[in-house]
Amino acid sequence: MEFGRISRRHLLQGGAALTLGAAAGARPSFAAETTIGFIYVGSRDDYGYNQAHAQGAAALKKIPGLKVVEEEKVPETDAVEKTIESMINLDGATLLFPTSFGYYNPHMVKMANKFPKLHFEHCGGLWSDKDPKNAGSYFGYIDEAQYISGIVAGYTSKSGKLGFVAAKPIPQVLRNINAFALGARLANPKATTQVIFTGDWSMPVKEAEATNSLIDQGVDVLTCHVDGPKTMVENAARRGAMVCGYHVNQSPLAPKAYLTGAEWNWEALYPKFVKMIAAGESIPNFYRGGLKEEIVKTSPYGEAVSAEARKRADDVKAKFLSADGYAIFKGGLVDNKGKTVIAAGTDRGQKDPELEKMDYLVEGVVGATS
Amino acid sequence: MADGSIGLWTVPLAVLGGAIRVSTPFLFVSLGECITERSGRINLGLEGTLVMGAMSAYGISYLTGSPWLGVFAAGITGALLGALHAGICSLPRVNDIAVGIALMLFGTGLAFYLGKPLIEPTAPRLPAIDFGWWSDIPQLRAALRINVMFLIGVALAPILYWAFRTTRWGLLIRTAGESSDAARAMGYSVLLIRLRATMVGGFLAGIGGSFLSLFYPGSWNEGLSSGQGITAVALVIFARWDPLLCLWASLAFGGAAALGPALQSVGVTSGYHLFNAAPYILTLAIMIITCSPKRTLTGAPAELSITR
Repeated sequence: MEFGRISRRHLLQGGAALTLGAAAGARPSFAAETTIGFIYVGSRDDYGYNQAHAQGAAALKKIPGLKVVEEEKVPETDAVEKTIESMINLDGATLLFPTSFGYYNPHMVKMANKFPKLHFEHCGGLWSDKDPKNAGSYFGYIDEAQYISGIVAGYTSKSGKLGFVAAKPIPQVLRNINAFALGARLANPKATTQVIFTGDWSMPVKEAEATNSLIDQGVDVLTCHVDGPKTMVENAARRGAMVCGYHVNQSPLAPKAYLTGAEWNWEALYPKFVKMIAAGESIPNFYRGGLKEEIVKTSPYGEAVSAEARKRADDVKAKFLSADGYAIFKGGLVDNKGKTVIAAGTDRGQKDPELEKMDYLVEGVVGATS
Repeated sequence: MADGSIGLWTVPLAVLGGAIRVSTPFLFVSLGECITERSGRINLGLEGTLVMGAMSAYGISYLTGSPWLGVFAAGITGALLGALHAGICSLPRVNDIAVGIALMLFGTGLAFYLGKPLIEPTAPRLPAIDFGWWSDIPQLRAALRINVMFLIGVALAPILYWAFRTTRWGLLIRTAGESSDAARAMGYSVLLIRLRATMVGGFLAGIGGSFLSLFYPGSWNEGLSSGQGITAVALVIFARWDPLLCLWASLAFGGAAALGPALQSVGVTSGYHLFNAAPYILTLAIMIITCSPKRTLTGAPAELSITR
């Protein structure tokens, strides 16, 4: 038994070395078939985070000469290392997209060190100089789209009370909540955004209860940051509240209640990455962008969005797209405990790494991070 | 009040609403498991049955346009899974707990596999009855929009209580659970009684699953159950195999699940993880208060593999 296993592994390693050599030679032109591996933490069609990535993978499948292999529901443990190894050794993958936050360190970093000739692109991680050069982390400033959602929500809300169903108080989530709340205040300076943390990424019953509690408190426009927004969108629409979507366009679920939404645009980014590799260019290890770089987008406005709201939202969107850009987190920002978190005069632009360490909720948000 | 807010009243109202909305799956699964365990067998696979029920109800409701047909299909699916459990357990030297764990994994795995194409479509849902028509507070009216399945579940608890005590079927199930030798001496097949009890238990658990996907939260996705089936099985032990206590325990669990989000919505934000854990803390507390080193669990059927 033992002997059989060792020899099988050696066989695989030999095979991998051969594939690797072949792939390295063929990479620039896709003359031979190139295999790309996608790893998802949840279900590929969850109407949310994983579906957005799967749509990006689907865009790659259309390019001739590319083969895409996918595995879903891979936990953020050493299970992902096994998945990566089998994608490399058995399927011959030369570019890997482990798409969940917790895959990055130590799992993906370890694999990138082990397979130095292959490319690893991780979504959400913070690549630093200490990490391997063949690994990269990309992410989108989806808070720009949340800011637009906030503006639309602020104009649409009659009670001035907005609701946010969030999973966990980590920087990316807090940044979305804050951007949404600041956008809403642009439209209605008295607007408040009430946040409820459910404690995990996919808790449908808790999300439904959170939605109902918020509406009971007088909230009439809701959005969320959980893996699958379907539960929030459907339950809020049933209670007669308006919603802004997240991850992908959820308007088919609630056509009348859907205002707009913050969406990923991976189907634009992933083909761009592949073309860069084919042309022999190197992808920057730390890759970020927002609306302008086409990494995020907003859903088309729903029928309930007023002309005034559309105009204001479009104006701000145009500023994001302009060469100068637009800072959501401007100097003199105060958190909801009254502490100044960004000193007056120092605007934090979107690329400021300080923003990726956010640990506060801004003034106008009802809730706490712990 | 002008802005439609009801302030701190949200908390008791949310707990009431939560008790009604969240408790139904707990209630059906625990009543079903109560019947199965009273006959002397534990079916841990009800988590899988619940998820399969949710998936098949959603699928049938989507395909036929009739949610009630979906509920029925969920029940049949549950009964079939129950029959599978009982069938395997009828073989000699088979441990019912091990089979239950296997069926739990089988049920959830099969439901995820077959349910893939059902995540995107929206199926017709079960209707709600408006019991809050007399009130002009929208929050109260929302809390009192009750699905008829909750009412069926509430009615089922005393009916089962009565049936266990006074009907011939109740006596047979209890006999099989307390002493299989006695049941055999009376000329009944213990395996057949347990097969039927497990199928009825599975039927009810499947129906509990249909409530999840067709009423609240009201759509099919893979995180839908998040362990509610296994919690309900534990509820039966907690309720001392008494259908009436199953009802109260389910209501308490439903209400406790609503507590965390409701407290956050009124501004009690510290320690929300602790409030989210409220149902489990409640279980532990009651278990500790009611346990005794001097006797075995009161009400436990003597033939259960955990008490034998």
